[in-house]
Amino acid sequence: MLHLEEVGKRFGGLPALDQVSFSVPRGQVTALIGPNGAGKSTLINCITGVLHPTTGSIRFLDRQLTGQAAYAIARLGIARTFQNLKLFPRLSVLDNVLTGLSCEAGHSLTMAMLRLPYLRHRERQLKLRALEVLDRFDLADKSRLPVGTLAYGDKKRVELARACVAEPELILLDEPVAGLNAEETASVGEQLKQLRSAGQTLLLVEHDMELVMGIADQVVVLDSGCCIARGTPAEVRNNPLVLEAYLGQMEATA
Amino acid sequence: MSIKEKILYFITLHHTGLTVSGFSLALVLFPLFEDNPYTLGLTNLIAIYVIIVVGLNLFIGYAGQISLGHAAFFGLGAYGSAIATVTFGLPAWPSMFGVAVLVALVALLVGVPTLRLSGHYLAMATLGCNIVVHTIMLQWDQVTGGPSGFPGIPSLSIGGFVFDDEVRLHYLLWSFALLALLLALNLVRSGVGRGLAALAGDETAAAALGVDTQRAKIKVFVLSAVFASIAGSLFAHCYNFVSPDSFDIFASTDMAIMVVVGGMGSIWGSVIGAGLLTLLPEWIDIFENYKDLIHGLILVLILMFLPQGLMTGLYEKITDKITLRRQKNAAS
Ligand SMILES: Nc1ncnc2c1ncn2[C@@H]1O[C@H](COP(=O)(O)OP(=O)(O)O)[C@@H](O)[C@H]1O
Ligand SMILES: [Mg+2]
Repeated sequence: MLHLEEVGKRFGGLPALDQVSFSVPRGQVTALIGPNGAGKSTLINCITGVLHPTTGSIRFLDRQLTGQAAYAIARLGIARTFQNLKLFPRLSVLDNVLTGLSCEAGHSLTMAMLRLPYLRHRERQLKLRALEVLDRFDLADKSRLPVGTLAYGDKKRVELARACVAEPELILLDEPVAGLNAEETASVGEQLKQLRSAGQTLLLVEHDMELVMGIADQVVVLDSGCCIARGTPAEVRNNPLVLEAYLGQMEATA
Repeated sequence: MSIKEKILYFITLHHTGLTVSGFSLALVLFPLFEDNPYTLGLTNLIAIYVIIVVGLNLFIGYAGQISLGHAAFFGLGAYGSAIATVTFGLPAWPSMFGVAVLVALVALLVGVPTLRLSGHYLAMATLGCNIVVHTIMLQWDQVTGGPSGFPGIPSLSIGGFVFDDEVRLHYLLWSFALLALLLALNLVRSGVGRGLAALAGDETAAAALGVDTQRAKIKVFVLSAVFASIAGSLFAHCYNFVSPDSFDIFASTDMAIMVVVGGMGSIWGSVIGAGLLTLLPEWIDIFENYKDLIHGLILVLILMFLPQGLMTGLYEKITDKITLRRQKNAAS
Protein backbone atom coordinates (compact mmCIF):
# COMPACT_ATOMS: atom_id res chain seq x y z
CA MET A 1 0.00 0.00 0.00
CA LEU A 2 3.04 2.24 0.53
CA HIS A 3 5.71 2.24 -2.16
CA LEU A 4 9.09 3.92 -1.85
CA GLU A 5 11.20 4.29 -4.97
CA GLU A 6 14.83 5.34 -4.77
CA VAL A 7 14.12 7.79 -1.96
CA GLY A 8 17.11 9.99 -1.12
CA LYS A 9 17.55 12.74 1.44
CA ARG A 10 20.55 14.98 1.92
CA PHE A 11 21.22 17.33 4.82
CA GLY A 12 23.54 19.94 3.40
CA GLY A 13 25.90 17.75 1.40
CA LEU A 14 25.62 14.64 3.58
CA PRO A 15 23.32 11.86 2.43
CA ALA A 16 21.08 10.52 5.22
CA LEU A 17 19.08 8.32 2.84
CA ASP A 18 20.41 6.91 -0.42
CA GLN A 19 18.18 5.23 -3.01
CA VAL A 20 15.91 3.47 -0.56
CA SER A 21 13.22 1.35 -2.22
CA PHE A 22 10.73 -1.01 -0.62
CA SER A 23 6.99 -1.54 -0.24
CA VAL A 24 4.74 -1.92 2.76
CA PRO A 25 2.01 -4.43 1.88
CA ARG A 26 -1.50 -3.96 3.26
CA GLY A 27 -2.35 -5.87 6.42
CA GLN A 28 1.27 -6.74 7.21
CA VAL A 29 3.86 -5.60 9.70
CA THR A 30 7.01 -4.26 8.09
CA ALA A 31 9.91 -3.70 10.44
CA LEU A 32 12.62 -1.18 9.69
CA ILE A 33 15.82 -1.88 11.56
CA GLY A 34 19.35 -0.54 11.49
CA PRO A 35 22.00 0.90 13.77
CA ASN A 36 21.70 4.37 15.28
CA GLY A 37 22.01 7.11 12.70
CA ALA A 38 21.08 4.75 9.85
CA GLY A 39 18.33 7.12 8.70
CA LYS A 40 15.25 5.35 10.03
CA SER A 41 13.64 8.40 11.62
CA THR A 42 14.58 10.48 8.58
CA LEU A 43 12.71 8.00 6.41
CA ILE A 44 9.60 8.17 8.61
CA ASN A 45 9.80 11.97 8.48
CA CYS A 46 10.03 11.87 4.67
CA ILE A 47 6.96 9.63 4.42
CA THR A 48 4.89 11.85 6.74
CA GLY A 49 5.88 15.14 5.13
CA VAL A 50 7.84 16.47 8.10
CA LEU A 51 10.83 16.39 5.76
CA HIS A 52 10.77 16.41 1.98
CA PRO A 53 12.97 13.86 0.21
CA THR A 54 15.62 15.26 -2.12
CA THR A 55 15.08 12.54 -4.73
CA GLY A 56 12.78 9.62 -5.44
CA SER A 57 9.09 9.11 -5.00
CA ILE A 58 6.76 7.86 -2.28
CA ARG A 59 3.30 6.61 -3.25
CA PHE A 60 0.46 5.67 -0.94
CA LEU A 61 -2.68 4.03 -2.34
CA ASP A 62 -1.77 5.34 -5.81
CA ARG A 63 -1.30 8.87 -4.58
CA GLN A 64 1.99 10.71 -4.71
CA LEU A 65 3.03 11.79 -1.21
CA THR A 66 6.20 13.62 -2.19
CA GLY A 67 5.66 17.36 -2.07
CA GLN A 68 2.46 17.18 -0.04
CA ALA A 69 2.09 18.96 3.31
CA ALA A 70 2.23 16.92 6.53
CA TYR A 71 -1.40 17.60 7.43
CA ALA A 72 -2.59 16.49 3.98
CA ILE A 73 -0.67 13.22 4.29
CA ALA A 74 -2.17 12.64 7.74
CA ARG A 75 -5.65 13.16 6.31
CA LEU A 76 -5.01 10.36 3.79
CA GLY A 77 -4.93 7.95 6.72
CA ILE A 78 -1.32 7.81 7.85
CA ALA A 79 -0.74 8.14 11.59
CA ARG A 80 2.57 8.05 13.40
CA THR A 81 4.37 8.23 16.71
CA PHE A 82 7.61 10.07 17.34
CA GLN A 83 10.90 8.72 18.63
CA ASN A 84 11.04 11.52 21.21
CA LEU A 85 7.41 11.67 22.31
CA LYS A 86 5.44 14.58 20.94
CA LEU A 87 2.48 14.73 23.31
CA PHE A 88 0.70 17.81 24.63
CA PRO A 89 1.71 17.76 28.31
CA ARG A 90 -0.85 20.28 29.52
CA LEU A 91 -3.82 18.49 27.94
CA SER A 92 -5.44 15.54 29.67
CA VAL A 93 -4.79 11.98 28.52
CA LEU A 94 -8.28 11.91 27.01
CA ASP A 95 -7.77 15.19 25.14
CA ASN A 96 -4.42 13.99 23.84
CA VAL A 97 -6.06 10.91 22.39
CA LEU A 98 -8.91 13.04 21.05
CA THR A 99 -6.39 15.13 19.07
CA GLY A 100 -5.82 11.89 17.15
CA LEU A 101 -9.35 12.35 15.83
CA SER A 102 -8.71 15.92 14.59
CA CYS A 103 -9.50 14.94 10.99
CA GLU A 104 -13.01 13.88 11.96
CA ALA A 105 -13.74 16.63 14.49
CA GLY A 106 -14.38 19.26 11.80
CA HIS A 107 -12.37 22.32 10.90
CA SER A 108 -14.89 25.17 10.87
CA LEU A 109 -14.38 27.81 13.56
CA THR A 110 -17.89 29.18 13.05
CA MET A 111 -19.62 25.84 13.53
CA ALA A 112 -17.50 25.15 16.59
CA MET A 113 -18.34 28.54 18.13
CA LEU A 114 -22.06 28.00 17.61
CA ARG A 115 -21.81 24.51 19.15
CA LEU A 116 -24.58 23.20 16.95
CA PRO A 117 -26.34 20.03 18.12
CA TYR A 118 -24.80 17.86 15.40
CA LEU A 119 -21.32 18.87 16.58
CA ARG A 120 -22.16 18.13 20.19
CA HIS A 121 -23.41 14.73 19.11
CA ARG A 122 -20.25 14.06 17.12
CA GLU A 123 -18.09 15.24 20.02
CA ARG A 124 -19.79 12.71 22.32
CA GLN A 125 -19.14 9.92 19.84
CA LEU A 126 -15.49 10.86 19.43
CA LYS A 127 -15.14 10.86 23.20
CA LEU A 128 -16.61 7.38 23.43
CA ARG A 129 -14.20 6.11 20.80
CA ALA A 130 -11.26 7.70 22.60
CA LEU A 131 -12.33 6.16 25.91
CA GLU A 132 -12.65 2.78 24.25
CA VAL A 133 -9.08 2.96 22.96
CA LEU A 134 -7.84 4.15 26.37
CA ASP A 135 -9.55 1.15 27.89
CA ARG A 136 -7.73 -1.15 25.46
CA PHE A 137 -4.43 0.42 26.48
CA ASP A 138 -5.18 0.18 30.22
CA LEU A 139 -5.20 3.94 30.56
CA ALA A 140 -8.88 4.49 31.32
CA ASP A 141 -8.30 5.33 34.99
CA LYS A 142 -5.79 8.02 34.01
CA SER A 143 -7.92 9.66 31.32
CA ARG A 144 -8.42 12.94 33.21
CA LEU A 145 -4.81 13.47 34.30
CA PRO A 146 -2.60 15.93 32.42
CA VAL A 147 -0.20 13.89 30.31
CA GLY A 148 2.75 15.78 31.77
CA THR A 149 2.19 14.06 35.12
CA LEU A 150 2.41 10.49 33.75
CA ALA A 151 5.36 8.12 33.90
CA TYR A 152 7.41 7.66 30.71
CA GLY A 153 5.97 4.23 29.95
CA ASP A 154 2.41 5.54 30.19
CA LYS A 155 3.27 8.47 27.93
CA LYS A 156 4.57 6.07 25.29
CA ARG A 157 1.27 4.21 25.41
CA VAL A 158 -0.77 7.43 25.22
CA GLU A 159 1.06 8.31 22.04
CA LEU A 160 0.38 4.85 20.65
CA ALA A 161 -3.30 5.19 21.58
CA ARG A 162 -3.43 8.59 19.86
CA ALA A 163 -2.01 7.06 16.67
CA CYS A 164 -4.52 4.18 16.72
CA VAL A 165 -7.71 5.99 17.66
CA ALA A 166 -8.67 7.14 14.16
CA GLU A 167 -8.17 3.60 12.79
CA PRO A 168 -5.79 4.86 10.10
CA GLU A 169 -4.84 2.87 7.02
CA LEU A 170 -1.19 2.85 8.02
CA ILE A 171 0.58 3.50 11.31
CA LEU A 172 4.28 4.39 11.48
CA LEU A 173 5.86 3.68 14.83
CA ASP A 174 9.26 5.17 15.60
CA GLU A 175 10.79 3.04 18.36
CA PRO A 176 7.63 2.39 20.41
CA VAL A 177 9.44 0.50 23.18
CA ALA A 178 12.66 2.50 23.44
CA GLY A 179 13.33 3.32 27.08
CA LEU A 180 10.69 0.95 28.45
CA ASN A 181 11.37 -1.78 31.00
CA ALA A 182 10.83 -5.47 30.20
CA GLU A 183 7.31 -5.56 31.54
CA GLU A 184 6.20 -2.43 29.67
CA THR A 185 7.90 -3.72 26.50
CA ALA A 186 5.93 -6.95 26.76
CA SER A 187 2.69 -5.05 27.17
CA VAL A 188 3.34 -2.82 24.15
CA GLY A 189 4.37 -5.93 22.19
CA GLU A 190 1.03 -7.46 23.09
CA GLN A 191 -0.79 -4.36 21.83
CA LEU A 192 1.11 -4.48 18.55
CA LYS A 193 0.22 -8.16 18.09
CA GLN A 194 -3.43 -7.33 18.65
CA LEU A 195 -3.25 -4.55 16.06
CA ARG A 196 -1.62 -6.95 13.65
CA SER A 197 -4.27 -9.61 14.11
CA ALA A 198 -6.92 -6.94 13.55
CA GLY A 199 -5.37 -6.45 10.10
CA GLN A 200 -3.68 -3.11 10.82
CA THR A 201 -0.83 -2.23 8.47
CA LEU A 202 2.25 -1.18 10.42
CA LEU A 203 5.68 0.16 9.66
CA LEU A 204 7.67 -0.46 12.80
CA VAL A 205 11.06 1.10 13.52
CA GLU A 206 12.62 -0.76 16.39
CA HIS A 207 15.87 -1.78 18.04
CA ASP A 208 14.42 -4.57 20.13
CA MET A 209 15.26 -7.66 18.03
CA GLU A 210 13.07 -10.01 19.98
CA LEU A 211 10.03 -7.80 19.44
CA VAL A 212 10.78 -7.34 15.73
CA MET A 213 11.38 -11.02 15.06
CA GLY A 214 8.21 -12.00 16.88
CA ILE A 215 5.88 -9.68 15.07
CA ALA A 216 7.24 -8.65 11.64
CA ASP A 217 6.17 -10.21 8.36
CA GLN A 218 8.93 -8.43 6.52
CA VAL A 219 12.15 -6.82 7.72
CA VAL A 220 14.00 -4.01 5.94
CA VAL A 221 17.54 -3.28 7.09
CA LEU A 222 18.99 0.19 6.73
CA ASP A 223 22.65 1.03 7.21
CA SER A 224 24.14 4.49 6.62
CA GLY A 225 21.08 5.45 4.61
CA CYS A 226 21.24 2.42 2.30
CA CYS A 227 18.86 -0.48 2.25
CA ILE A 228 21.23 -3.44 2.71
CA ALA A 229 18.77 -6.31 3.10
CA ARG A 230 15.11 -7.18 2.91
CA GLY A 231 13.15 -10.34 3.62
CA THR A 232 11.39 -12.41 6.24
CA PRO A 233 12.78 -12.24 9.78
CA ALA A 234 14.48 -15.61 9.31
CA GLU A 235 16.13 -14.57 6.04
CA VAL A 236 17.37 -11.34 7.47
CA ARG A 237 18.66 -12.96 10.60
CA ASN A 238 20.84 -15.29 8.53
CA ASN A 239 22.02 -12.69 6.05
CA PRO A 240 25.78 -12.31 6.55
CA LEU A 241 25.72 -8.64 5.56
CA VAL A 242 23.18 -7.89 8.26
CA LEU A 243 24.99 -9.96 10.83
CA GLU A 244 28.09 -7.99 10.12
CA ALA A 245 26.53 -4.55 10.02
CA TYR A 246 24.02 -4.83 12.73
CA LEU A 247 23.15 -8.01 14.58
CA GLY A 248 26.76 -8.90 15.33
CA GLN A 249 27.32 -5.45 16.64
CA MET A 250 24.23 -5.73 18.78
CA GLU A 251 25.24 -9.09 20.21
CA ALA A 252 28.73 -7.88 20.85
CA THR A 253 27.47 -4.96 22.88
CA ALA A 254 24.73 -6.98 24.61
CA MET B 1 -26.15 7.59 43.28
CA SER B 2 -27.05 9.64 46.31
CA ILE B 3 -28.63 13.07 45.88
CA LYS B 4 -25.32 14.72 46.73
CA GLU B 5 -23.47 12.70 44.09
CA LYS B 6 -26.17 13.48 41.55
CA ILE B 7 -25.81 17.19 42.24
CA LEU B 8 -22.03 17.00 42.01
CA TYR B 9 -22.28 15.04 38.75
CA PHE B 10 -24.68 17.63 37.34
CA ILE B 11 -22.27 20.40 38.31
CA THR B 12 -19.23 18.76 36.70
CA LEU B 13 -21.22 17.96 33.56
CA HIS B 14 -22.64 21.45 33.15
CA HIS B 15 -20.03 23.58 34.91
CA THR B 16 -19.45 25.86 31.92
CA GLY B 17 -23.15 26.53 31.43
CA LEU B 18 -23.64 27.09 35.16
CA THR B 19 -20.70 29.50 35.39
CA VAL B 20 -21.96 31.48 32.40
CA SER B 21 -25.50 31.61 33.85
CA GLY B 22 -24.21 32.71 37.25
CA PHE B 23 -22.02 35.38 35.72
CA SER B 24 -24.89 36.64 33.54
CA LEU B 25 -27.22 36.84 36.52
CA ALA B 26 -24.64 38.83 38.48
CA LEU B 27 -24.31 41.23 35.53
CA VAL B 28 -28.07 41.65 35.18
CA LEU B 29 -28.34 42.55 38.86
CA PHE B 30 -25.18 44.66 39.06
CA PRO B 31 -26.73 48.07 38.16
CA LEU B 32 -29.37 47.56 40.88
CA PHE B 33 -26.66 47.62 43.53
CA GLU B 34 -24.16 49.91 41.88
CA ASP B 35 -25.65 52.97 40.22
CA ASN B 36 -22.65 55.29 40.41
CA PRO B 37 -22.13 56.31 36.75
CA TYR B 38 -18.37 56.53 37.25
CA THR B 39 -18.12 52.93 38.42
CA LEU B 40 -20.43 51.75 35.66
CA GLY B 41 -18.30 53.67 33.17
CA LEU B 42 -15.31 51.62 34.34
CA THR B 43 -17.08 48.27 34.19
CA ASN B 44 -18.35 49.19 30.73
CA LEU B 45 -14.79 49.80 29.61
CA ILE B 46 -13.90 46.40 31.06
CA ALA B 47 -16.66 44.83 28.94
CA ILE B 48 -15.13 46.34 25.79
CA TYR B 49 -11.69 45.03 26.75
CA VAL B 50 -13.13 41.60 27.58
CA ILE B 51 -14.33 41.26 23.97
CA ILE B 52 -10.85 42.06 22.64
CA VAL B 53 -8.92 40.02 25.19
CA VAL B 54 -11.09 36.92 24.74
CA GLY B 55 -10.38 37.00 21.02
CA LEU B 56 -6.69 37.72 21.54
CA ASN B 57 -6.45 34.91 24.09
CA LEU B 58 -7.63 32.45 21.43
CA PHE B 59 -4.70 33.59 19.30
CA ILE B 60 -2.04 33.92 22.01
CA GLY B 61 -3.16 31.47 24.67
CA TYR B 62 -4.68 28.73 22.54
CA ALA B 63 -2.98 28.89 19.17
CA GLY B 64 0.30 29.87 20.87
CA GLN B 65 1.09 32.82 18.59
CA ILE B 66 1.86 36.42 19.48
CA SER B 67 0.28 39.68 18.35
CA LEU B 68 1.46 43.07 19.54
CA GLY B 69 -0.77 44.94 17.14
CA HIS B 70 -4.36 44.25 18.07
CA ALA B 71 -5.08 47.89 18.89
CA ALA B 72 -4.86 48.40 15.12
CA PHE B 73 -7.94 46.24 14.56
CA PHE B 74 -9.66 47.83 17.56
CA GLY B 75 -8.92 51.25 16.06
CA LEU B 76 -9.99 50.27 12.54
CA GLY B 77 -13.32 49.12 13.99
CA ALA B 78 -13.75 52.37 15.92
CA TYR B 79 -12.75 54.72 13.08
CA GLY B 80 -14.59 52.54 10.55
CA SER B 81 -17.85 52.92 12.44
CA ALA B 82 -17.21 56.63 13.02
CA ILE B 83 -16.56 57.34 9.33
CA ALA B 84 -19.43 55.14 8.13
CA THR B 85 -22.04 56.68 10.42
CA VAL B 86 -20.89 60.35 10.50
CA THR B 87 -19.16 60.96 7.16
CA PHE B 88 -21.39 58.68 5.08
CA GLY B 89 -24.49 58.81 7.27
CA LEU B 90 -24.94 55.03 7.16
CA PRO B 91 -27.01 53.21 9.81
CA ALA B 92 -24.90 52.16 12.81
CA TRP B 93 -25.66 48.42 13.19
CA PRO B 94 -25.08 47.39 9.57
CA SER B 95 -21.95 49.57 9.55
CA MET B 96 -20.58 47.76 12.58
CA PHE B 97 -20.82 44.42 10.79
CA GLY B 98 -19.70 45.80 7.44
CA VAL B 99 -16.62 47.31 9.10
CA ALA B 100 -15.93 43.98 10.83
CA VAL B 101 -15.92 42.26 7.43
CA LEU B 102 -13.47 44.84 6.08
CA VAL B 103 -11.24 44.44 9.13
CA ALA B 104 -11.36 40.66 8.60
CA LEU B 105 -10.03 41.25 5.08
CA VAL B 106 -7.26 43.51 6.42
CA ALA B 107 -6.34 40.83 8.98
CA LEU B 108 -6.26 38.25 6.21
CA LEU B 109 -3.92 40.45 4.14
CA VAL B 110 -1.65 41.03 7.14
CA GLY B 111 -1.92 37.45 8.40
CA VAL B 112 -1.19 35.44 5.26
CA PRO B 113 2.40 36.64 4.84
CA THR B 114 3.25 37.32 8.50
CA LEU B 115 1.92 34.11 10.03
CA ARG B 116 4.56 32.21 8.09
CA LEU B 117 6.94 33.91 10.49
CA SER B 118 7.19 32.81 14.07
CA GLY B 119 8.06 34.18 17.50
CA HIS B 120 9.87 37.51 17.42
CA TYR B 121 9.20 38.11 13.73
CA LEU B 122 5.47 37.77 14.19
CA ALA B 123 5.59 40.16 17.17
CA MET B 124 7.55 42.67 15.06
CA ALA B 125 5.26 42.37 12.03
CA THR B 126 2.08 42.93 14.07
CA LEU B 127 3.71 45.80 15.94
CA GLY B 128 4.70 47.37 12.62
CA CYS B 129 1.16 47.02 11.33
CA ASN B 130 -0.10 48.84 14.43
CA ILE B 131 2.35 51.70 13.88
CA VAL B 132 1.21 52.09 10.26
CA VAL B 133 -2.48 52.21 11.24
CA HIS B 134 -1.79 54.63 14.09
CA THR B 135 0.21 56.93 11.80
CA ILE B 136 -2.61 56.98 9.25
CA MET B 137 -5.06 57.97 12.01
CA LEU B 138 -2.78 60.83 13.01
CA GLN B 139 -1.82 62.07 9.55
CA TRP B 140 -4.87 61.65 7.33
CA ASP B 141 -6.80 64.39 9.10
CA GLN B 142 -9.40 65.13 6.39
CA VAL B 143 -10.81 61.68 7.03
CA THR B 144 -9.86 60.86 10.63
CA GLY B 145 -9.75 64.30 12.20
CA GLY B 146 -6.05 63.85 12.97
CA PRO B 147 -4.57 64.06 16.48
CA SER B 148 -7.55 66.00 17.88
CA GLY B 149 -9.86 63.08 17.22
CA PHE B 150 -13.22 62.34 15.64
CA PRO B 151 -16.24 63.76 17.50
CA GLY B 152 -20.01 63.47 17.08
CA ILE B 153 -20.39 59.72 16.67
CA PRO B 154 -24.05 58.78 17.32
CA SER B 155 -25.06 56.42 20.12
CA LEU B 156 -26.41 53.02 19.21
CA SER B 157 -30.15 52.46 19.42
CA ILE B 158 -32.68 49.72 18.90
CA GLY B 159 -36.04 50.99 17.64
CA GLY B 160 -35.98 54.32 19.46
CA PHE B 161 -34.30 52.91 22.60
CA VAL B 162 -31.02 54.82 22.70
CA PHE B 163 -28.01 53.42 24.55
CA ASP B 164 -26.84 56.73 25.89
CA ASP B 165 -26.48 56.37 29.65
CA GLU B 166 -24.22 54.15 31.73
CA VAL B 167 -26.90 51.70 32.82
CA ARG B 168 -28.21 51.15 29.30
CA LEU B 169 -24.65 50.80 27.99
CA HIS B 170 -23.95 48.32 30.77
CA TYR B 171 -26.56 45.95 29.38
CA LEU B 172 -25.52 46.50 25.78
CA LEU B 173 -21.78 46.09 26.27
CA TRP B 174 -21.96 43.16 28.67
CA SER B 175 -24.36 41.37 26.30
CA PHE B 176 -21.66 41.57 23.66
CA ALA B 177 -18.95 40.58 26.14
CA LEU B 178 -20.99 37.55 27.25
CA LEU B 179 -21.61 36.58 23.65
CA ALA B 180 -17.85 36.76 22.98
CA LEU B 181 -17.16 34.65 26.08
CA LEU B 182 -19.76 32.08 25.10
CA LEU B 183 -18.51 31.75 21.53
CA ALA B 184 -14.93 31.38 22.75
CA LEU B 185 -15.87 28.83 25.42
CA ASN B 186 -17.71 26.80 22.77
CA LEU B 187 -14.73 26.98 20.47
CA VAL B 188 -12.17 25.79 22.99
CA ARG B 189 -14.35 22.87 24.01
CA SER B 190 -14.62 21.64 20.42
CA GLY B 191 -12.39 19.55 18.21
CA VAL B 192 -11.20 22.74 16.54
CA GLY B 193 -10.17 24.07 19.96
CA ARG B 194 -8.18 20.90 20.62
CA GLY B 195 -6.52 21.35 17.25
CA LEU B 196 -5.47 24.84 18.33
CA ALA B 197 -4.13 23.56 21.63
CA ALA B 198 -2.18 20.95 19.68
CA LEU B 199 -0.79 23.64 17.41
CA ALA B 200 0.34 25.67 20.41
CA GLY B 201 1.92 22.57 21.97
CA ASP B 202 3.87 21.28 18.98
CA GLU B 203 3.39 22.27 15.36
CA THR B 204 4.97 19.13 13.92
CA ALA B 205 2.78 16.88 16.04
CA ALA B 206 -0.34 18.89 15.22
CA ALA B 207 0.34 18.63 11.50
CA ALA B 208 0.97 14.88 11.82
CA LEU B 209 -2.53 14.64 13.31
CA GLY B 210 -4.07 16.35 10.29
CA VAL B 211 -4.29 19.92 11.60
CA ASP B 212 -3.65 22.44 8.82
CA THR B 213 -1.53 24.58 11.12
CA GLN B 214 -1.01 27.49 8.73
CA ARG B 215 -4.70 27.82 7.97
CA ALA B 216 -5.73 27.40 11.61
CA LYS B 217 -3.41 30.22 12.66
CA ILE B 218 -4.79 32.56 10.00
CA LYS B 219 -8.39 31.72 10.89
CA VAL B 220 -7.86 32.47 14.58
CA PHE B 221 -5.96 35.65 13.76
CA VAL B 222 -8.86 36.86 11.60
CA LEU B 223 -11.38 35.85 14.25
CA SER B 224 -9.52 37.78 16.95
CA ALA B 225 -9.34 40.80 14.64
CA VAL B 226 -13.11 40.65 14.13
CA PHE B 227 -13.66 40.56 17.89
CA ALA B 228 -11.40 43.60 18.26
CA SER B 229 -13.20 45.42 15.44
CA ILE B 230 -16.64 44.88 17.00
CA ALA B 231 -15.23 46.10 20.32
CA GLY B 232 -13.87 49.16 18.49
CA SER B 233 -17.26 49.98 16.96
CA LEU B 234 -18.92 49.66 20.36
CA PHE B 235 -16.20 51.87 21.87
CA ALA B 236 -16.85 54.60 19.27
CA HIS B 237 -20.64 54.56 19.77
CA CYS B 238 -20.26 54.36 23.54
CA TYR B 239 -18.03 57.46 23.94
CA ASN B 240 -19.31 59.30 20.81
CA PHE B 241 -15.66 60.27 20.23
CA VAL B 242 -12.44 58.55 19.21
CA SER B 243 -8.85 59.74 19.03
CA PRO B 244 -5.64 58.03 17.89
CA ASP B 245 -4.28 57.79 21.47
CA SER B 246 -6.54 54.85 22.29
CA PHE B 247 -5.04 52.76 19.50
CA ASP B 248 -1.27 53.18 19.79
CA ILE B 249 1.20 50.38 20.40
CA PHE B 250 0.89 50.82 24.16
CA ALA B 251 -2.78 49.94 23.86
CA SER B 252 -1.72 46.81 21.99
CA THR B 253 0.82 45.78 24.58
CA ASP B 254 -1.78 46.40 27.29
CA MET B 255 -4.09 43.94 25.54
CA ALA B 256 -1.36 41.33 25.35
CA ILE B 257 -0.57 41.96 29.03
CA MET B 258 -4.24 41.43 29.90
CA VAL B 259 -4.08 38.04 28.20
CA VAL B 260 -0.91 37.05 30.02
CA VAL B 261 -1.98 38.36 33.42
CA GLY B 262 -5.41 36.73 33.23
CA GLY B 263 -3.97 33.47 32.02
CA MET B 264 -2.96 32.19 28.63
CA GLY B 265 -5.53 29.75 27.41
CA SER B 266 -8.02 30.64 30.14
CA ILE B 267 -11.15 32.26 28.73
CA TRP B 268 -12.34 33.30 32.21
CA GLY B 269 -8.84 34.59 32.89
CA SER B 270 -9.46 37.12 30.11
CA VAL B 271 -12.17 38.72 32.25
CA ILE B 272 -9.80 38.87 35.22
CA GLY B 273 -6.97 40.27 33.11
CA ALA B 274 -9.15 42.96 31.49
CA GLY B 275 -10.69 43.83 34.87
CA LEU B 276 -7.44 43.98 36.81
CA LEU B 277 -5.52 46.14 34.36
CA THR B 278 -8.45 48.55 33.95
CA LEU B 279 -9.09 48.89 37.69
CA LEU B 280 -5.52 49.00 39.02
CA PRO B 281 -4.92 52.62 37.93
CA GLU B 282 -8.17 53.56 39.71
CA TRP B 283 -7.27 51.87 42.93
CA ILE B 284 -3.79 53.21 43.25
CA ASP B 285 -3.10 56.80 42.18
CA ILE B 286 0.54 56.30 41.41
CA PHE B 287 -0.51 54.02 38.55
CA GLU B 288 -1.95 57.00 36.68
CA ASN B 289 1.41 58.55 35.89
CA TYR B 290 3.54 55.45 35.57
CA LYS B 291 0.92 53.26 33.91
CA ASP B 292 3.11 51.80 31.15
CA LEU B 293 6.03 51.25 33.50
CA ILE B 294 3.87 49.44 36.03
CA HIS B 295 2.13 47.36 33.39
CA GLY B 296 5.55 46.26 32.20
CA LEU B 297 6.54 45.43 35.76
CA ILE B 298 3.40 43.35 36.32
CA LEU B 299 4.12 41.49 33.11
CA VAL B 300 7.69 40.68 34.13
CA LEU B 301 6.62 39.53 37.62
CA ILE B 302 3.85 37.32 36.27
CA LEU B 303 6.14 35.78 33.66
CA MET B 304 8.77 35.12 36.33
CA PHE B 305 6.53 33.52 38.92
CA LEU B 306 3.44 32.32 37.04
CA PRO B 307 4.47 31.95 33.42
CA GLN B 308 1.04 30.64 32.45
CA GLY B 309 -0.67 33.73 33.85
CA LEU B 310 -2.69 34.31 36.97
CA MET B 311 -5.70 32.02 36.48
CA THR B 312 -4.00 29.19 34.59
CA GLY B 313 -0.84 29.42 36.68
CA LEU B 314 -2.61 29.34 40.05
CA TYR B 315 -4.92 26.57 38.87
CA GLU B 316 -1.96 24.46 37.81
CA LYS B 317 -0.10 25.15 41.06
CA ILE B 318 -3.13 24.00 43.04
CA THR B 319 -3.82 20.87 40.98
CA ASP B 320 -0.13 19.94 41.13
CA LYS B 321 -0.23 20.25 44.92
CA ILE B 322 -3.32 18.04 45.10
CA THR B 323 -1.80 15.41 42.82
CA LEU B 324 1.39 15.39 44.90
CA ARG B 325 -0.56 14.99 48.13
CA ARG B 326 -2.60 12.14 46.64
CA GLN B 327 0.54 10.39 45.50
CA LYS B 328 2.03 10.81 48.95
CA ASN B 329 -1.10 9.44 50.60
CA ALA B 330 -1.16 6.53 48.19
CA ALA B 331 2.49 5.78 48.95
CA SER B 332 2.10 5.85 52.72
N1 LIG C 1 17.43 17.71 10.68
C1 LIG C 1 18.63 17.18 10.43
N2 LIG C 1 19.65 17.94 9.98
C2 LIG C 1 20.84 17.42 9.71
N3 LIG C 1 21.15 16.11 9.82
C3 LIG C 1 20.18 15.28 10.28
C4 LIG C 1 18.88 15.77 10.60
N4 LIG C 1 18.12 14.72 11.01
C5 LIG C 1 18.93 13.64 10.94
N5 LIG C 1 20.16 13.96 10.50
C6 LIG C 1 21.27 13.03 10.27
O1 LIG C 1 20.78 11.99 9.47
C7 LIG C 1 21.30 10.73 9.88
C8 LIG C 1 20.17 9.78 10.17
O2 LIG C 1 19.49 10.13 11.37
P1 LIG C 1 18.20 9.41 11.88
O3 LIG C 1 17.26 9.29 10.75
O4 LIG C 1 17.74 10.11 13.07
O5 LIG C 1 18.75 7.97 12.29
P2 LIG C 1 18.03 6.80 13.08
O6 LIG C 1 16.64 7.19 13.34
O7 LIG C 1 18.15 5.63 12.18
O8 LIG C 1 18.82 6.60 14.34
C9 LIG C 1 22.18 11.01 11.10
O9 LIG C 1 23.50 11.04 10.69
C10 LIG C 1 21.73 12.39 11.57
O10 LIG C 1 22.82 13.09 12.13
MG1 LIG D 1 15.64 7.45 15.06
